[in-house]
Amino acid sequence: MKKNTILSAKNIGIGYITGRNKIKTVHSNLSFELQEGELISLIGPNGAGKSTLLRTLSTSQPLLSGNLTFRGKAISSYSEKEISKNIGIVLTDKTQTGGLSVYELVSLGRQPHTGFFGRLSNNDHMIISDALKSVGIDHKSNSYMSELSDGEKQKAMIAKVLVQECPLILLDEPTAFLDVVSRIEIMNLLHKIASSQNKTILLSTHDIEQALILSDKLWLLSKSKGLQCGVTEDIILSGAMDSLFNKKDISFDTNHGVYYPNINWKKKIIVTASNETLLHWGINALNRHNYACMTLENDNTADYAILKINSRDNIELLNPNKISNNINSTKLQFNNFESFIDLL
Amino acid sequence: MNANNPSASVKRLKSPSQKGTKYIIILSILIVILFAMNLIIGSVHIPFDSIMNIICGNPVEKSSWNFIILGSRLPQGITALLCGAALAVSGLMLQTAFNNPLAGPSILGINTGASLGVAIVMLFLGGSISAGIFSVSGMFAIIIGSFVGSILVLGLIIFFSTLLKNNIMILIIGIMISFVTSSIISLLNFFSTAEGVHSYIIWGMGNFSGVSSEQLPFFIISLSLGLLISIILIKPLNALLLGNRYAENLGINITRIRNLLLITVGILTAVTTAFCGPISFIGLAVPHIARLMIGTSNHNILMPVTLLCGSVIALICNLICVLPGETGIIPLNAITPIIGAPVIVYVIINQRKIQYFN
Repeated sequence: MKKNTILSAKNIGIGYITGRNKIKTVHSNLSFELQEGELISLIGPNGAGKSTLLRTLSTSQPLLSGNLTFRGKAISSYSEKEISKNIGIVLTDKTQTGGLSVYELVSLGRQPHTGFFGRLSNNDHMIISDALKSVGIDHKSNSYMSELSDGEKQKAMIAKVLVQECPLILLDEPTAFLDVVSRIEIMNLLHKIASSQNKTILLSTHDIEQALILSDKLWLLSKSKGLQCGVTEDIILSGAMDSLFNKKDISFDTNHGVYYPNINWKKKIIVTASNETLLHWGINALNRHNYACMTLENDNTADYAILKINSRDNIELLNPNKISNNINSTKLQFNNFESFIDLL
Repeated sequence: MNANNPSASVKRLKSPSQKGTKYIIILSILIVILFAMNLIIGSVHIPFDSIMNIICGNPVEKSSWNFIILGSRLPQGITALLCGAALAVSGLMLQTAFNNPLAGPSILGINTGASLGVAIVMLFLGGSISAGIFSVSGMFAIIIGSFVGSILVLGLIIFFSTLLKNNIMILIIGIMISFVTSSIISLLNFFSTAEGVHSYIIWGMGNFSGVSSEQLPFFIISLSLGLLISIILIKPLNALLLGNRYAENLGINITRIRNLLLITVGILTAVTTAFCGPISFIGLAVPHIARLMIGTSNHNILMPVTLLCGSVIALICNLICVLPGETGIIPLNAITPIIGAPVIVYVIINQRKIQYFN
């Protein structure tokens, strides 16, 4: 099913105006489209321009060149008030909201919709209660913001952006500074919001692991390659992830969806294991100790040491003299990785 | 409190606004009592029913009582009431706008800017208005000087705040500006006549008796206007608690709001400073007293409570000033730090426990 395009950019230039007629261009030729109901993760190295791109999209930074349209109309034709009802943001900025209750903080998101004095109608109160429920902090609505954990604070800010009722939500590193549990909760929450409330959510993140699991699309932004967009799996399988950071000593493991430091291969070893998990962690241990691993027993098995991992407490090493010359036996038995690693 | 009530967590929060209403009523009653005390207490004893008669326009035994109440105590009470409110509200707006709980008209140099304007009028033009603060034309020149001085400092602060994003840096620039203006004032003092210096020093001590009944209408109108604009600013001030970028995303034009806010603070500070001298600590401490009392940063409640609380503190200060009776009036700036400074020290020491710091 083809989804509606909400925002589209053609050859836009982004950057800063640093002074009179002085412009620092970060990227000069970006093109992309955002569709309704998608969760998109924007990833890339520090300084690639992720925040600049998000600020340009939220119109808090001027567009340097090109066409940026929101629902088919140039974004510059929207008034501040209209923007505030259509594009909501969540930042990592420090706020002075410790003295507000969670409910009061979330109600600030209604400001674009309320009148001169910001009085909340019954409808506003209903929207706020719903938002608090959907991010799962309705039981904290009477607490002070200062009493919340970092994860809960971020949920409150997400509730704030929800009551703004914007079809497009931009989040700048929403999971920075959070622990693992909160990071997973926040990403899962955003994923749920995007699909159930048909919102477009674009977030920048360094948490690639979670981004790969839950994003509908990935945007890779780097100085050298510009912006590469695509469905998460297409991007991963195209090998684009590998060149994102443009560093020789880091490479992307397509099988596991993680970046690995490149190993300085000094020695080779053959590894076999009774299941995938044991094989994975066996290779992990060996790689860390600079062993290149071969998983298939080929003809010249006699030239290499062979590690057979039968279970986590039954590890066999054949031809150990290929690893260490002063071992004479042809087979060693270990009952955990610790004793095997001691040998290396 | 609500914490033990199982239904409290379900629906909307009621306690701060209810608490706010309670404090607004208490503070209003306090203001009425303190205002009455300001009319009753003074060096000359006037019975309460005579005071009532004077205010209602009925004749009383002694015509001098008429003058004391209508020409001195009533304007002084009204001045204290409005000055306290104006300074407290200015302090609150600056604290929110500059994202700094230690901002205030005196710390940002707005007070000293006004003082410089006044010093120039009193010391430079001292010869032509030698009667100083007590003549009407002299008073008018002083108001103009004060206004120009404070607006100039505000202009400088606005200029620097467009260059600097960091609010603490702006605060430091404000402090630097007040050092520079203070030293210019010292230089002016050095080169001026003894008379001029004397009237400047008297003015600098601060008092609420500087507004005559002829000047009172101008005073009331200008401060009421400033306070009215502050009430209009309540909604954007709440958004500014989130910081500039969030506020912008809520549809607020940051530059326009900031300018309106600073002009309002300029009016409130310049008028009070011109008439009553550079009064310290009310602008800095009262917003904290109000926040500690009602336990919220929500300006819907905080703004009216701060305003009333400022009036209460100023009326109390004025009462203390006139307590010595016949021996004279204690300078206002000898009283305000005794009330204000401990509040600030308390707030700083307890900042980990105080919600609005975290």
